[in-house]
Amino acid sequence: MTQDPVTTSHSETFRPNAPFWHPGLIRTIHEQGVDGHFGDFGGAFIPEVIVPAVDDLRRAYLEAREDLAFWRELDGVGRSFAGRPTPVYLAERFSQGLGDIQVVLKREDLAHTGAHKINNALGQGLLARRMGRQRIIAETGAGQHGVAAATVCAKLGLECVVYMGTEDIERQALNVYRMQLLGAEVRPVDSGTRTLKDAINEAFRDWCTNVESTYYMLGSATGPHPYPLMVRDFQSVIGWEARRQCLEQFSHLPDAVVACVGGGSNAIGGFMPFVEDAGVALIGVEAGGSGIASGAHAATLSAGSIGILHGTRSLVLQNADGQILGTHSISAGLDYPGVGPEHAFLKTSGRAQYVSIEDEAAIRGFRLLSSTEGIMPALESAHAVAYVADNPQRFAPGSLVLIILSGRGDKDVNRSLPFAETL
Amino acid sequence: MNRIDRTFAQLKAADRLGLFPYLTVGFPDLDATEQLALAMLEAGADGIELGIPFSDPVADGVTLQHASERALSNGASVSWALDVVARLRGQTDAPLIAMTYYNPIYHYGLARLVQDAAVAGIDGLIVPDLPTAEASPLLPAAKSQGIHLIQMVAPTSTPQHLEEVGRIAQGFVYCVSLVGTTGARAQLSDRLPAFMKAVRDQVSQPLLVGFGISRPEHVAALHTIADGCIVASAIADLIEATPAAQRIAALSTYIASLRAACEPSAVASA
Repeated sequence: MTQDPVTTSHSETFRPNAPFWHPGLIRTIHEQGVDGHFGDFGGAFIPEVIVPAVDDLRRAYLEAREDLAFWRELDGVGRSFAGRPTPVYLAERFSQGLGDIQVVLKREDLAHTGAHKINNALGQGLLARRMGRQRIIAETGAGQHGVAAATVCAKLGLECVVYMGTEDIERQALNVYRMQLLGAEVRPVDSGTRTLKDAINEAFRDWCTNVESTYYMLGSATGPHPYPLMVRDFQSVIGWEARRQCLEQFSHLPDAVVACVGGGSNAIGGFMPFVEDAGVALIGVEAGGSGIASGAHAATLSAGSIGILHGTRSLVLQNADGQILGTHSISAGLDYPGVGPEHAFLKTSGRAQYVSIEDEAAIRGFRLLSSTEGIMPALESAHAVAYVADNPQRFAPGSLVLIILSGRGDKDVNRSLPFAETL
Repeated sequence: MNRIDRTFAQLKAADRLGLFPYLTVGFPDLDATEQLALAMLEAGADGIELGIPFSDPVADGVTLQHASERALSNGASVSWALDVVARLRGQTDAPLIAMTYYNPIYHYGLARLVQDAAVAGIDGLIVPDLPTAEASPLLPAAKSQGIHLIQMVAPTSTPQHLEEVGRIAQGFVYCVSLVGTTGARAQLSDRLPAFMKAVRDQVSQPLLVGFGISRPEHVAALHTIADGCIVASAIADLIEATPAAQRIAALSTYIASLRAACEPSAVASA
């Protein structure tokens, strides 16, 4: 597929030295979600005590969204502090054996702190400072958003409290120490399933209690409006950069964009700039855990139904009584029974498709990319890698397949060790 | 006439505060709720708030989170809670108000829920994660069945919200006494009188104060600023701390002490 960049409606993206993102770009293309709704999904289902704070946040973000100076500052710190733009890399050895497709990786693993989470944390950190907030709270699953939040708070001189489930603390001990080194306080959450879902509950409770002083830096493209919109906008730098880089390096857009989906922030950021390019397939890869039939998985879009969780109407994993189900994934970052509302919309509208990859396949993807390319993916990203490795026939011959490599895998080495002998 | 409206008319005539204790349905065990509710009514409660447990109760502190978890592991569900209501309704004409988060009732189906709730004998519905701005599907559905969807206000609420609540509220208005989650506190928030005055300026419906109310002296302090109170976590704490055989007696004594503070003669001097 080829496309002449100059004739697209987004031609300002391709000016040398132009910022990768700015309000003009976002305004002309991404009005979806500005009112808080993505088709039938979205909204703001929150206790009255935080309604005024969420309203303030919405007003502040919508104002910042129109302010070129805000995006210039974000673009600047993205470059100088977070290592943007991250490269797009042609994975030649990995592509060998996958037939006639070319796989390219968007290297978010090379962003500062080792994952895409820094894009959102920087954006929200600048917004919190703009709103005059000194105390930041965040939740974390794998620890990547917690580390990004702690990093941004250290840089901006803000107080940082991170909520983390005790099960995740156990499986991501290194990230706990990283957050502490960065000056954050990590508060263990021992309720419910002791994972990301419960960490978000606890962050909401903190916000209900300290709403007058505190900014809640939510880490994924979910939660009440304006979070799904705002997090998508901040993460869309992934897709905007990749779009331009593919045009520069391969002279055409990718034929497919593949990304892992837990809450869905790296995927929505990777997908959004391609949504209007009908020829680009968008494929989200969820955590199949031990298999969807086993019930031990986190494949919300594949197996969920409409519900309300953490302030938004989307798809959720729930039982017949509307109780939220526990999930299982080898990857803490995908281990979540909800998903951002825009993914629910993209699924029901048919614009994107969602598939799942089980734990063992993800481990194989982790090892395959490590050994063929010298790039160790996060276990989350390894789900996207494994989907392409296991299903090359699903892409037309000659396809250029863009995988969003959302993070680096050093944090997961321990986690993958028990599988070393079996694979 | 909705039983909530009738009860507040009677309370007004008696110049007394209304007392509405809360029970998590299915806590501490599945069969406990009916007996505990009847004992509280016997001891002087004016109505009962029945919490239908939810797996992710973001507005609740540790006590009610724990009660919810226990109730769910005991097997409590929306339809089971409605059965409890129906059994209670056979034995009392006091207002019964259901409290639950939006997902369980959304999943049950809003139209089906309000129908089944009305048949069971529910008079009001409190949904703490359903703000006024998102209430448009549930509000008319509840109204069509004669069920009051209770509006909530908090110390952080804007004047615009208070004005809107004054326009649309039915039954009573749930006034969240503090900025935070549910849970017993040693003292009332010192911002409470100013907050309640701001609410009263905009809202003519009865005002019930909830969150953090646990002691008779808290209740006594409400005479000049509210029409009654909701007591929740303190009851779950008491149930938890008391051996099963003594629960009914302990709870009755506790409710009677709160009820005494509701009488006009108990107006706090402080």
